[in-house]
Amino acid sequence: MAESHAHAHEPHGHAHHEPEGWFKHYFWSTDHKMIAKQYLLTGMLMGVVGAYFAYVFRMQLAFPGKPVPGYGMVTGADYNALITNHGAVMIFWVAMPVLIAAFGNYLIPLMIGADDMVFPRLNRLSYQIFLVSAIILGASFFVQGGAFGGAWTSYPPLSAKAEYNLTPLGPSLWLIAVALEFVAFLLGGINFVTTAMNARAPGMKAFDIPMAVWMIVIASIMFMASVGPLVAGAVMLLFDQLIGTGFFDPDRGGDPVLWQHLFWFFGHPEVYVVLLPAMGFVAEIITVFSRKKLFAYKTVLYTSIGTGVLSFFVWAHHQFIAGIDPRMANVFSVTTVLISIPIAEMCFVYIATLYGGSITFSVPMLWALAFIGEFLVGGVTGIFLGASGADIYFHDTYFVVAHFHYTFFPIAIIGTFAGITYWFPKMYGRHMNELANKVHFWITTVAFNGIFIPLFILGASGDHRRIFDYSNFPELATPEMQAMRVFATISLLVLLAAQPIFLVNFFYSMFKGKQAGANPWNANTLEWQCPSPPPHGNFDVLPDVYRGPYEYSSPDRADDFWPQNSPS
Amino acid sequence: MVKPIATTRSATGVPTGRLAVWWVIASEIVIFGGLLASYVMHRLGHPEWATYAAHTNPWAGGLNTLVLLTSSLTAVLAHNAAERGNGKRAANLLMLTCVGALTFLVVKSFEWYHEISEGFTITANGFWSFYYCAAGLHGIHVIAGAIIMLFVAADARKNKELQRVELIGIYWHFVDLVWIFLFPLLYIAK
Amino acid sequence: MSSNVDAHAAHGSHADPHALHDDSHYIKVWGILVVLFAISFAGPFLGIRIITLMTAFGIAVVKAYLVAKNFMHLDIEKKFVVQLLVVCLGLLFLFFLGVSPDVMKHWGWNWRNDSAKNANIPEHILHEGGAEGAPEGAAPAEGAAPAEGAAPAAEGAK
Repeated sequence: MAESHAHAHEPHGHAHHEPEGWFKHYFWSTDHKMIAKQYLLTGMLMGVVGAYFAYVFRMQLAFPGKPVPGYGMVTGADYNALITNHGAVMIFWVAMPVLIAAFGNYLIPLMIGADDMVFPRLNRLSYQIFLVSAIILGASFFVQGGAFGGAWTSYPPLSAKAEYNLTPLGPSLWLIAVALEFVAFLLGGINFVTTAMNARAPGMKAFDIPMAVWMIVIASIMFMASVGPLVAGAVMLLFDQLIGTGFFDPDRGGDPVLWQHLFWFFGHPEVYVVLLPAMGFVAEIITVFSRKKLFAYKTVLYTSIGTGVLSFFVWAHHQFIAGIDPRMANVFSVTTVLISIPIAEMCFVYIATLYGGSITFSVPMLWALAFIGEFLVGGVTGIFLGASGADIYFHDTYFVVAHFHYTFFPIAIIGTFAGITYWFPKMYGRHMNELANKVHFWITTVAFNGIFIPLFILGASGDHRRIFDYSNFPELATPEMQAMRVFATISLLVLLAAQPIFLVNFFYSMFKGKQAGANPWNANTLEWQCPSPPPHGNFDVLPDVYRGPYEYSSPDRADDFWPQNSPS
Repeated sequence: MVKPIATTRSATGVPTGRLAVWWVIASEIVIFGGLLASYVMHRLGHPEWATYAAHTNPWAGGLNTLVLLTSSLTAVLAHNAAERGNGKRAANLLMLTCVGALTFLVVKSFEWYHEISEGFTITANGFWSFYYCAAGLHGIHVIAGAIIMLFVAADARKNKELQRVELIGIYWHFVDLVWIFLFPLLYIAK
Repeated sequence: MSSNVDAHAAHGSHADPHALHDDSHYIKVWGILVVLFAISFAGPFLGIRIITLMTAFGIAVVKAYLVAKNFMHLDIEKKFVVQLLVVCLGLLFLFFLGVSPDVMKHWGWNWRNDSAKNANIPEHILHEGGAEGAPEGAAPAEGAAPAEGAAPAAEGAK
């Protein structure tokens, strides 16, 4: 029948590949690898934009009232727009497109032994919608009144009424951009999940799926399940902004706290949506570079799923002092502290994986180790915030800022560098320069800590966030505190100065790097069992799978690795 | 574009297209659910909205419910026809479903026109804001579904991609389901 | 050719192609749905609020179940699909449970939502409402609510 026909033997993946014109190849492609690179480059570009915003506002904080080189004077409205869009850009237009869309698109078909995503045209459409969303966000900077400055959380009534936010067009453009980004990722998520569920190579059972794929799939499912209420909320807020409804206006019978709930019901699972893929990449890297199987595959899988589920039960910890029912605050405090357990468990499993392994300190491994260390700091500081009593003090201070950067930076930045340095040889058939990467690694990691450790101290000392000039607050403008702000800013400058090293390395190596073979890391997973870079259709003969992804240093073999598709 | 081999695989046993539609439905449940839950919370918290809710037109709402129920019937009959390989009959039934969609939209247009001319606009008060928002979001899904249905019907008439008849049908039944809850919420529970 | 393959693949996962019913089955289900609809539509005319709510929403749930089971073929679909949909419904209820203590109330320990009580009702609508005969639906609703709204408000004012 039809089904057996499809399964029996599937010869070439690259079906009928007619030679493509330049435009079709680069801009109109339905090939998942090209779309992945489109997402990657767009995400990297937006990363530069988001970093530039951080540069400007940190310069303002360190040297208030002085014009910032490369920007000019920073007004209060400017500052608000910068911090708002730094947050939104980094989460929606950097972390998600790079970690999920780019790596998900690139890796999922390869790692499951398929020739493409199951819906290639939908894939292309997802990217195009995403690109439009980025353009609309960019446009919001050039409209009258300027970009939205109501914080990435966009709480009404500030975000709903132009008379409060003083930016008549910015908030709506911002909201439309975010809504379109959600649509792009909903479509993409459906593609990823359906592909991973259905298009696996024959013989690849659930526990043979590499952790990177599982994590991206779980993340996509969480995204699809959590974004719904916020889509509804965004429509309501857009109506409030554009046609004067009162969904969130207390004078009209609405409730601003409803928006907070709608936002955070999505917002909290969202942070795990970006966390899980990064943890997936770390799992791939540490197994390959310690030549050891993942310490407890099923534990990691079940705790990831458990984390995903539990993440839906903690959202109001962002609203402890917003006036929510205090009994709910108790409930959410308990669940929030509980969620640290599965994640800590996963970190312990990773450490156990490394223990006793034959470790190579390659660049991807360095990034993976940095991820584990830095993320643990972020996670532990989250426990302080999860206790609602302590949060009364800490909420909206720099302590929170430092906490979420100690989690987000490992996720979005360290995770990205780990993934890029690991899979670059596969994507471009060439190696990056290792020395340059190591220099970049050390400067970035050290500088990162130099930015955010002072921010913990500042936050604990009472530094409220979202204030553009502390000279108006004498108790916060002491010389010691200002010195810490300056130190943090200088660390940021060092961090930024190191990034061109990576960028030059990236683009140069794409064309001139040392040639890489199919499997330079001697890894097991299927993406390494096809040419680098893979041709259209990925595999000459679509593979069958015989074992799990982490059979390293198996005693029965001479080689210390055992590709998933080798029959013996 | 030639379909990738990936699309024809089915490790779960559910054909890829249908699996994807179920994921769409799953995410739509939380979208509509979020909106309707917000409405229910507000409505229960604002008993004084009963005076506004009194003005919705249960006859129009009821007629539309019947229309959607019937269109769901034609959609599933279209699926049955497609299963038996009868593309032409499936296409005709899908077109009937589209007629149902059109009827729904026409009735709603008259209903809304009347309500707006009475001053019950979307900005009149919280109840009407939710009313238009919820019914409007639903209406957009009706329009989108009908348009997709036209394409599926065109293919089905030529006996092509018949499996899509079931898929658009599942989506259509979901649209009907949302209305099954919207109707009592907006027209009966006053 | 490919269409036939597709058509067969369409119900490839259903246990048995003939598990899909004849047209008459679906028409019967439709008939039941119409009858249920009629009952729910008639509910308000009885004027007893609790019955109206039971018929309206109880029947809605039954109708939804019938559509899901018979039209969407969830009865012969793989179990995990049903589980997925149920989980999403569960998340919806979780959202409602977590948010309703904040949004559904007229008053809290330290606050009172006077605006909700004093919300603007345009004059011409207020007057028109009395004439249209809607009150048999509106009155029972009003009867219960102002009592619970007024009492806490009075307490809060003390």
